[in-house]
Amino acid sequence: MSVKLGLPSKGRLMEKTFDWFTSRGIALSRTGSSREYTAHAPGFDGLELVLLSAGEVPRELAAGRIHLGVTGSDLVREKLAMWSEKATEITPMGFGHADLIIAVPQAWVDVTTLEDLDAVAAAFRKKHGFRLRIATKYHRLIREHMRAHGVADYQLVDSQGATEGSIRNETAEAIADITSTGETLRANHLKILAGEPVHRSQAILFKSRMANWDADNSKILTALKSQLGIDANCAQNGDDT
Amino acid sequence: MPDKAAIRIEAARLLAHFEAQGAVRVEADILQPAATLLDLYGEDIRARAFTTQDPVLGEAMLRPDFTVPVVQMHMDGGAEPARYTYSGKVFRAQDAALHRSSEYYQVGYEVFDGSDTAKADSEVFSMFYNALTPVGLRASSGDLGILLAAVKGLKTTDTRKSALLRHIWRPRRFRALLDRFSGRAPMPEGREKLLGEGGAKNDAPVIGLRGQDEIDARIQALREDASAPLISNQEVALLENILNLRETMTNGLVRLSDLAVDMPAIAPAVNRFEARCEALAARGINPENLDFEGSYGRTTLEYYDGFVFGFYAESRPDLPPVATGGRYDALTRMLGQGRSIPAVGGVIRPDLLLAIQEAGA
Repeated sequence: MSVKLGLPSKGRLMEKTFDWFTSRGIALSRTGSSREYTAHAPGFDGLELVLLSAGEVPRELAAGRIHLGVTGSDLVREKLAMWSEKATEITPMGFGHADLIIAVPQAWVDVTTLEDLDAVAAAFRKKHGFRLRIATKYHRLIREHMRAHGVADYQLVDSQGATEGSIRNETAEAIADITSTGETLRANHLKILAGEPVHRSQAILFKSRMANWDADNSKILTALKSQLGIDANCAQNGDDT
Repeated sequence: MPDKAAIRIEAARLLAHFEAQGAVRVEADILQPAATLLDLYGEDIRARAFTTQDPVLGEAMLRPDFTVPVVQMHMDGGAEPARYTYSGKVFRAQDAALHRSSEYYQVGYEVFDGSDTAKADSEVFSMFYNALTPVGLRASSGDLGILLAAVKGLKTTDTRKSALLRHIWRPRRFRALLDRFSGRAPMPEGREKLLGEGGAKNDAPVIGLRGQDEIDARIQALREDASAPLISNQEVALLENILNLRETMTNGLVRLSDLAVDMPAIAPAVNRFEARCEALAARGINPENLDFEGSYGRTTLEYYDGFVFGFYAESRPDLPPVATGGRYDALTRMLGQGRSIPAVGGVIRPDLLLAIQEAGA
């Protein structure tokens, strides 16, 4: 038996993940050419690495095809309904920080809070005959957030990229997206609504609840946690939505 | 849960029962155009209904209820008065962690008859009451018409009233607005600065569909709101009295009649409530044995705007209500684009009815 660990296959998130494990005594290395998506952990028995797009890690965790996976907390919450039934958080990894926020044009001086946005949505619908559009790829998280805060008369329009430009292009009146510095938002004349962000995301090592955790695999996980310096007793249950 | 074939048989039995009471049997398509439902219920319906795509029909939803298609069918040419019954599955994507079925049968009974609303209300209620109380279910009821009348009667600006009316079905937001308008909560962040000297000054380009005129109009509205007198503590207390009311229908009527002395705006709605109590008594249902809650129907039954009711199994608090219903004149107004038809109706879930009977057997 072996424990499959799903890792992001590209970019900064991959580099940081490899560094994170290496600095904790588990050296990970790519095998073959740098373009080949294979890797292994030579110094740790029973750990099998699977390189994946960060966006696919939630799905693989939910299916139990990987035992462990590294990805953003935003992606797990967005892609998995009732995510905490399918995965638990073993530990936050301290990088990949980004906030999921709602932004509107800076020119909207009358809008500071979500409450303002709700009032504007009502007036907008009356005047334009359709609901105020929010461009995003985070449909589940935004819908839940709006519902929890009692915002009505809006609609979500899907935007998979260059979301900040959708207001100028008049395909949306507001946007909801991930940002770490807010620079792109400012460059596009947008401002973030006051208050807590919809979600504070960071890279997290997740454990699948759906994978095969037999005695052998559980033993490998215990050894891994001890090597990573994670106290078995303080493993999070992942219900901190 | 009971066997699927048994549920189907039970649904057929209930349908035959409603037909025998004089209702016309109708059918509705499973695939409903998404636009109508989205327009009515907003983005939230996407989380609750199954959305699919047809190359010709466009975006469609598996029917989340029968009410909308039945109202549309009736408005397209049904003669009044009309009584309809139907039976079929509805499809609801389930909320987190509830683990309820995402498809189940509903058997419904709907009345379109504006001649005497109290009589129509009591007719529908008694239809469910007679079918469900023999198996030990308990009825709960409310009347959103009273709450709506109370808000419309507040001595405050129309802007505030329409903001409150818009959120009647979102209790938390309603509460927050009421606290704001009565001075119990501070101004929201940024408001003071905006309304202060030079607070609306801004150099950013106006981008997107919402224009400068709309921004200016809202600032003007906020200025007016800031100078409008607060909603008085006395009026807030009256509203709270209605919202917190939990009584038998008979005692509820006494309490509401008392409140109507201080809040004359609710008097017509209270009169309708009284007429309903009498109409129920005339059908042999004693209002002294029925529960009434001032807030009933505010969270789940979004399109009801008058009499609302539900039937529960006291032995199974884990189950959703076995039957729900109410008056939905406002829904017909939205679907009818100006036209409206007085309408009241309800649905029974045969699966839950059987589950309760099995448990009791």
